[in-house]
Amino acid sequence: MTIIDTSSAPTVPARKVESLKPDLLLTQEHHMCPGCGEPLAVRQFLECIEELDVAARTIAVAGIGCYTSFAGTMDVDLVQALHGRAPSVATGVKRMLPDSLVFTLQGDGDMVNEGLQEVLHTAARGEKVTCILLNNGVFGETGGHMTATSVIGQRTKNTLDGRDAEYHGYPILIGDLIAQLQGASYVARGSVHNAGSVARTRKMFKRAFESQLRGEGFTFVEVLTMCPTGWFVPTADGPDYMQETLGEVHIMGELKVDGRVRTTDELHAENVAKQREVDEQLARGGIEK
Amino acid sequence: MTVTATTTTAPPAERVLMEGSEALARAAIAAGCRFFAGYPMTPFTEVLEHCARLLPEAGGVCINAESELEAVGMAWGALSTGARAATGSTGQGLSLMQESFSEITLAELPLVIFNMARGQQDYFQATRGGGHGDYRHIVLAPQDVREGVEHVQLAFHLADKWRNPVLVYGDYLLAHTQEAISIEPMAFPELPKKDWAVDGSQTGSGQSRGVTPLGVAKTGQPAMGQEGKAQYIATKIPLMEREVRFEQGFCDDAETIVVAFGSPAKFVKYAINELRDAGHRIGYLRPITIWPFPYAALAEVAAGPNVKRIGSFELSAGQLVEDVRIGVAGRAPVTYIGGVSTDQSGFGVGRLLDVEAITDRILALHEDRELPPIPGYEQFSYQLQEHQK
Repeated sequence: MTIIDTSSAPTVPARKVESLKPDLLLTQEHHMCPGCGEPLAVRQFLECIEELDVAARTIAVAGIGCYTSFAGTMDVDLVQALHGRAPSVATGVKRMLPDSLVFTLQGDGDMVNEGLQEVLHTAARGEKVTCILLNNGVFGETGGHMTATSVIGQRTKNTLDGRDAEYHGYPILIGDLIAQLQGASYVARGSVHNAGSVARTRKMFKRAFESQLRGEGFTFVEVLTMCPTGWFVPTADGPDYMQETLGEVHIMGELKVDGRVRTTDELHAENVAKQREVDEQLARGGIEK
Repeated sequence: MTVTATTTTAPPAERVLMEGSEALARAAIAAGCRFFAGYPMTPFTEVLEHCARLLPEAGGVCINAESELEAVGMAWGALSTGARAATGSTGQGLSLMQESFSEITLAELPLVIFNMARGQQDYFQATRGGGHGDYRHIVLAPQDVREGVEHVQLAFHLADKWRNPVLVYGDYLLAHTQEAISIEPMAFPELPKKDWAVDGSQTGSGQSRGVTPLGVAKTGQPAMGQEGKAQYIATKIPLMEREVRFEQGFCDDAETIVVAFGSPAKFVKYAINELRDAGHRIGYLRPITIWPFPYAALAEVAAGPNVKRIGSFELSAGQLVEDVRIGVAGRAPVTYIGGVSTDQSGFGVGRLLDVEAITDRILALHEDRELPPIPGYEQFSYQLQEHQK
């Protein structure tokens, strides 16, 4: 990561930056649909790895989903796992190379449908790895089908009238489940639907990696991502749709820090209080610094 | 090509009486295995137990995985770092691992699999694979503990040599028999450095690596694609066939040749030795690798001047016999003289794992008599139902 020296006047004139890609990407190009949230999330954790200066001991384990194409474009030593099985593969990697930073990259179909027991057992075992969940509430790659995290009322290709609790069951709040497990040291749920959330999510990645590097236990960062293609909404509507659907059920915040677990209800109450404060400040004329 | 399993050096200086499962675990460690994961299931449990105790002492890791799916996934991860790693189960547990076996083969990871089978009904699973796609695993079938110790070490070598999984087909008898053995690390030719393995050191260098079954590559590096990968693996399979190993005895003048593998083959060999002493011209061929199968060797002995019949003795409803037929290719009639032989617990040590019963069946084949029934099994014979007639 380039650090700009600001202690003296610049020696070259300002110029247009050619590339905004993180150093840990081999190319700025990606294969995601317009409006997809996954590249935003990938960028955040890659830049955190650069900031922590641990790139040369970082190993990724990729699951199977849209994000799998980043396996080829991330300049990261990587093991490709089967659908759902990345946490076990990461376990084997970390146990053989205990000084490395190991993370998995998985989607909700991969982790919460196919591989639920893998991630739960890995968390319970306290494996010193970070599992990253890109949660968009649909199987994006197959074309928009219901997953275990799809929310009640969500329309998908196989819940055409919306997910019905009676017929399709309830969504799993995976972060909440993992936070309950003793082996988990840091659990958080972020999102990438607006700039503030991206900034918060970046901090979550950093805290998770730091906790892993300190050897505290299993760490988990869930990121709500937009999938306008799989949701069948106009691209520009993705962020708002995300906030109104997934964002109302999978509540953003830190679910476990330093052994203290916060439930989704507590997070929700905190988020509502924060929003109220912001609204009041805005009504008084602006955000107080 | 006649190759015997015995590739060890001088006879061991000191032997100790040891149970097979412990011997296999110690052989794995002697071969450099440093990661083992498994889910308990008899008779694989015993190997896992010994690994749990012995591997940490050797600086390795043994994880009691939460399921067979996790066990094989953990081994996958350990292998990706270049470590020697193994997993295993019985045939039942291996059924659960098949998806990973298919893809680990495509990822060219040198997995060693301990198949402590419950009998021989998993011959197809081991030699054909229960997973998807085109793949083969080299399968070593030791006849006893001493050979098992060699096979485990050979398995790790062959897995690395071919970057392909190798399965050791054991059973309850192998796990529980005590033999006087000595475990000496075997010497093998040097193998190339595992420069494909990931350790994180190339992250951010522009030359990062990927261990993947998908045929994809990092941006800017040449990629096979799924099409190329499938072709690449397909062309590797016939090359691995040179690892075929077998043992034969008394075939030169034999009128009857019996094919058998694994623990039961040792019973068959004993029976044939006795029958030879009684003047019967019977020989045997024991595949040491059941994949690759010694088709050419079988064809050669089946074409012997006196050969009148070939028998396949196996503890299954007839799986090995299909490979025997392929190898014999009509040179002599092939008869299945095995039988299902499990026990009340389903561990595969039933009524036919008995040298007298085996002798009766071989002699019946040799004398062109009907095979004797397996005592006590008549009541379980499936009868054609009215609607099926």
